[in-house]
Amino acid sequence: MKTLYLALKYLAVTLWSAFVIFPFLWMLSTSFKTSNAVTGGATWLPWAQFEPSLAGWKSLFGGAGGINIVKPYINSVIVTGSASVIALVLGTLAAYGLSRFTFRAGPLRNGDITFFFISQRIMPPIVLAIPFFLMLRWLGLLDSLAGLILVYVAALMPIAVWVMVDFFNTIPRALDEMAWMDGCTPVTTFFRVILPNVLPGLVVAGMFCLIFGWNDFFFAFTLTFTETQLLPVSIVALNSSVTPWWSLSAAAIVSVAPLAVLAFVVERFLAKGGLAGAVR
Amino acid sequence: MYRQKYIFLLPGLLVLIAVILFPLLFTIRVSFSSWDVYNPGLNNAGGAMYARMWEDARYWEALWRLSLLSVSTVLIQYVLGFALALLVWREIAARRFFRVLFLVPMMTTPVVMSVIWRTIFHESLGPLNPILNAIGIGAQPWLSQPGFAFAAVMIVEIWQWTPFMFLLLLAGLLSLPSEPYLAAKVDGAGPIRTFLSVTFPMMGAISVGAILIRAIEASKIMETVYVLTSGGPGTSTETVSYYIYIRGMRDFQIGYSAALSLTYLIIMAVALTLIAKALMRLMVRGANA
Repeated sequence: MKTLYLALKYLAVTLWSAFVIFPFLWMLSTSFKTSNAVTGGATWLPWAQFEPSLAGWKSLFGGAGGINIVKPYINSVIVTGSASVIALVLGTLAAYGLSRFTFRAGPLRNGDITFFFISQRIMPPIVLAIPFFLMLRWLGLLDSLAGLILVYVAALMPIAVWVMVDFFNTIPRALDEMAWMDGCTPVTTFFRVILPNVLPGLVVAGMFCLIFGWNDFFFAFTLTFTETQLLPVSIVALNSSVTPWWSLSAAAIVSVAPLAVLAFVVERFLAKGGLAGAVR
Repeated sequence: MYRQKYIFLLPGLLVLIAVILFPLLFTIRVSFSSWDVYNPGLNNAGGAMYARMWEDARYWEALWRLSLLSVSTVLIQYVLGFALALLVWREIAARRFFRVLFLVPMMTTPVVMSVIWRTIFHESLGPLNPILNAIGIGAQPWLSQPGFAFAAVMIVEIWQWTPFMFLLLLAGLLSLPSEPYLAAKVDGAGPIRTFLSVTFPMMGAISVGAILIRAIEASKIMETVYVLTSGGPGTSTETVSYYIYIRGMRDFQIGYSAALSLTYLIIMAVALTLIAKALMRLMVRGANA
């Protein structure tokens, strides 16, 4: 009974692992193919089933049938990085304020303001796409990195607030009060006393900002043309009836690799219980 | 000294109001105009766009399809995510390796993986049909038959987002106290009994949270559809977001798409609130929502 139970358990884990790995193995294999190897039907093993070639990988730096992804890559790094940092700073400050002080704006209390922040995640991107388009055109920021960063800050801040409010709530208020009695102002209390205590929260929030920023497609797709293409947009641009599968696969690998590594960091936080606060 | 509190809240709040609230108010105004390619600009069209929407069968079909798609994928994600979290919770070799592996799909860019999935589903050159042939199921018309295209979108969504469910539920499992399990052991409860009367009730609140977060994200599905099927064959996999995208960004019917967007937003907000209340009552003990 016990052995059967264990066998089923390992079978289930193996099956799901295979499902998870399947697309990655496929794109790794495809990235070394050429046109001939692709049109010959599905194959997996280099040398045994097809003659491997580096054409797909070379095409990432320009050349025939490929895309130059260097510039979109740098754009993506700049936009995701700066938007995440700004969203994290603004979100953390707001979350601390909401967790420690009482605010009142007419009938609205802290809870309502927190809800206003977090509820922005409910907003489907398409609802905002057209007004964003018109707004950025009016500001002269269409197809610019600054415009994208502005939009992404607004898109990512709710995540930072959502994670950080819960983390601040787990820190006892007595800590703040002690610092005040020692003559700290709220601002110095925040930086010297509270912030060092929520570092795990900052990592979790920062991580979620990076994931959602790096992986977003829609705003970059609707708010840029050619000058400031982001990585996902340039990869999807390859998607057509005559997609060069080898370039596509190589580009996909370099685009998903950095965050796949982040899974290790997430797991460490999971095991340490650092995520428990974020989940509630 | 308390005046300093505004230093914390205001920067973030003002950015959010400027970037999101004003565009939203603007959208409300635009939805009462007939702004399009031929007649750009704000005029007063009254409720004409809403009247047109009422007659637009394609919109309501997309809404119905989106509901079916998001409810079914989120439920499957929940069941699978919970099962996976239980599997690698404890007493399994190399559990940290599997935990990392199971998380990887949610780290990858959905559109990029969808392009890869499109090659996988390719009927003659993709790797999926040969595998199905080998295990005796036979090749299927992925992406060219409505039912199969819908299933393909579901498979990709499940692959991509089950890890998120898994992450939240595993974090929940790992933060459970150990005393109830000792008590269950003393009482001689088996694994199934322990799950039903100890684990599941304690995971109620976290389950509701995880399902809601996923339901919110699923109500916005469009990128997978855009890349995988472009809403096709015909309009058989079109979701609301994607239909609004076609009307607004492709046909440039700004006024009409604003009316569609606002209706969509309101319907989704109401539906998600009702779902949240129902789930709280159903799964959280002692909640009076």
